[in-house]
Amino acid sequence: MAVEATTGAELVLTRRSFRSFMSDVFGPLLQVFLFVIGSAVVLGGIVILLAVALRGARTDIDLLQGTITILPQVIIDGMVRGFLYATIALGYTMVYGVLEFINFAHGEIFMVGAFTGAFFSAALAASGMLTTLNPVLFVIAAVLLGMAVSGLLAMSVERVAYRPLRGAPRLVPLISAIGVSLVLQDVMRMIAVNTGLGFNAQFRTPDLGQPLVLAQMPISDERTIPVSIDSRSLIFIVVAILMLIGLNYLVNITKLGKAIRAVAQDRPTASLMGIDVNRVIALTFLIGGALGGAAGILFGMRVGTINPYVGFLPGLKAFTAAVLGGIGNITGAMVGGIVLGFLEAFVASYLSLFTRGQFSGASYADIVAFSILILILVFRPSGLLGEVVTQKV
Amino acid sequence: MMKRVSAFLIFALLGALLAACGAPAAPTPTVAPTTPPTEATAAPAPTTPPPAGGMTGVIKIATQSPLSGPQAALGVGIRNGAELGLEQLGKILTDMGFTVELAPFDDQAKPEVGSANAKNIISDNDILCLVGHLNSGVALASLPDYQAASLVMVSPANTNPKITESGYPNAFRIVGRDDVQGAVGEEFARTELKINSVYIIHDKTDYGQGVAEFFRQNAEKNGIQVLGFEGTEEQSVFDSILTPIQAANPDLIYFGGIYNQAAPLFKQARDRGITAAFLGPDGLDSPDLLKVAGDAVKGMYYTSVAAPVSQFPDAAKFAEDYQAKYNEAAPPFSAQAYDAMGICLQAIAKAAETANGKPTRAQVLEAMKTLGAYKGITGTYEFNAKGDPVKATYFVLQVSTEAGDPAEVWNKNAVVKRLEIAAP
Repeated sequence: MAVEATTGAELVLTRRSFRSFMSDVFGPLLQVFLFVIGSAVVLGGIVILLAVALRGARTDIDLLQGTITILPQVIIDGMVRGFLYATIALGYTMVYGVLEFINFAHGEIFMVGAFTGAFFSAALAASGMLTTLNPVLFVIAAVLLGMAVSGLLAMSVERVAYRPLRGAPRLVPLISAIGVSLVLQDVMRMIAVNTGLGFNAQFRTPDLGQPLVLAQMPISDERTIPVSIDSRSLIFIVVAILMLIGLNYLVNITKLGKAIRAVAQDRPTASLMGIDVNRVIALTFLIGGALGGAAGILFGMRVGTINPYVGFLPGLKAFTAAVLGGIGNITGAMVGGIVLGFLEAFVASYLSLFTRGQFSGASYADIVAFSILILILVFRPSGLLGEVVTQKV
Repeated sequence: MMKRVSAFLIFALLGALLAACGAPAAPTPTVAPTTPPTEATAAPAPTTPPPAGGMTGVIKIATQSPLSGPQAALGVGIRNGAELGLEQLGKILTDMGFTVELAPFDDQAKPEVGSANAKNIISDNDILCLVGHLNSGVALASLPDYQAASLVMVSPANTNPKITESGYPNAFRIVGRDDVQGAVGEEFARTELKINSVYIIHDKTDYGQGVAEFFRQNAEKNGIQVLGFEGTEEQSVFDSILTPIQAANPDLIYFGGIYNQAAPLFKQARDRGITAAFLGPDGLDSPDLLKVAGDAVKGMYYTSVAAPVSQFPDAAKFAEDYQAKYNEAAPPFSAQAYDAMGICLQAIAKAAETANGKPTRAQVLEAMKTLGAYKGITGTYEFNAKGDPVKATYFVLQVSTEAGDPAEVWNKNAVVKRLEIAAP
């Protein structure tokens, strides 16, 4: 960093070798993939070992076979969940990077994105264009619209509710953020209920196709069950990866990215170097908000029905993911999201199988997932990537 | 400096406002604006002068149901049904010389809100009867307060057995019970759908888990294999619930809960290629189920204690009036709310006659116990000692497969079975 700073921004931009370009843009992505594979292998290994160990305990079904049968589907679920948390966590971590402030309204920015998509699809449906529209075009238009609305909203929130409090004690903007979060929830509730969209808003899409069947897992001699990934989940993963590549490019290669990193590192000095700190912070909110909005659109598309409180839990979990990965660290946020998503999916799907149906996995997933998370944080207080990578944004 | 002063002023003002609002009770009551008193002036001028005695004053009848939030579609229907009931049947009291008013409360489908509202309701001595709730869990949280004040609760929708089995002398309902409803559903699944295995999911509320438990008990007793029994509060992403279901491959998925959760669950199950049949209790009885889940629920069956309004010949006029007044088709339970209101009015009138003046709540409760049969638009109701209707009607319905506006299509749902079963 220090070396680059002395050579001057323009020079670095033009002289950057192809190799360093690739490593800056795709390096973090590689790390994310390693964590995806690592999480799948480690957790998959653990459940198989557990199944072997507990095999005698259940006589009614073959525990090992049951475990292996659903394993591929659980890994896919974990990946989708992980990318959801990862895309939201990016917004938390970028804002924390530049302001050392936790933007608790980010979950609601995500929710507003989802509602933008619902309004968009309702408008299309009303004009009769929804069924005839090319699905790819629909996804692109919806994502861009959601990004624009959520990004601008995040920027306005910063201007109205956070910037005036920048000199105040750290607790003050935090409370302001919680206030913004509640206001956004109820304003959206008011809008949704009074515009005919309804509290449980439906997110309609053109026909996106049948689930993609990847394999057939045998469960008995004559029967098999499909391992499938539904087209909406596939879209989610693809768009999320594209966004991560774009973000890495923006932060690591462009001049704006350099300015963001400079502000993150040392705000007063950055402003002495001629960087317009307020502008950079506003743009950080814009980028984080746009990512959250895109995640909201994709989420809404996938689950089909949303309500004004839909942002709260994913927001909280994504914040956890950001801390787990090492808050302030972009790659860390993605990795934290992936790890948390996998933990939840595994616990939720296997808990009831291993406890003979005593404990419902879906209801108690958080206990186990968050206990593991506490353990990880006890041993690595700065998060998974907190020490490995020092670069902050 | 000026800035600081004005900011301080704003906070001081806000503080004063908050203090003013919070003065009477700790939790802010969520009262919807009271509708203006319903006058009987539309009817010909009163021919009989108000009789002597204290037959004057205001009598209020409260409603509690979710008017906002995910279950508002049904909750607003209950409020509206009761409002219409008061308008059309309130004459019995206004002719005596009383003024009648509706006091609608929003319980948000949350037990803690219902209980806070209940404290508010009993502090208003003009409220002599209550129509509500939608959710059994909320009713059970509010009943101790009603009991303390001897306030009669007539429920148009609560089906959990505990409502009338917990010894509340003031709890009445005009619908059936979940122990019977669970059994009706199980029998239908076994004999008509001919299923061998079931996966049961519930929403962890008194209502949803209750009816799911009854379904499970009967299924186990009758040899249906129960592959899973899970509770969840999840509202949108059901992946981790659906994966084990997919592996278990049941013939039927039974969901004990309310439509707002059921709709995305069923939709996502079909999106995943799960082919099991769906079945659920009366909580699914809302056009919103069809609106959100679309094709996934077309043709599915559900049991109910309240058939669509179109199933009751006597309710035809009610359906028309409702459509005219609120500009939407009467949702499930609204006609029952109309009848619950009618029962409240009848009991108050009877108590007023006995007391020869404005009755107390205890007198209304006494009158309620000796009310006899009441003929409403959805049936004739007579209560047993517990507060259950002596005979309740249970239905098995099938969601219509027609295309069109869900609110209208829902009223075309066909009754597949109709059973009159005495309260256990």
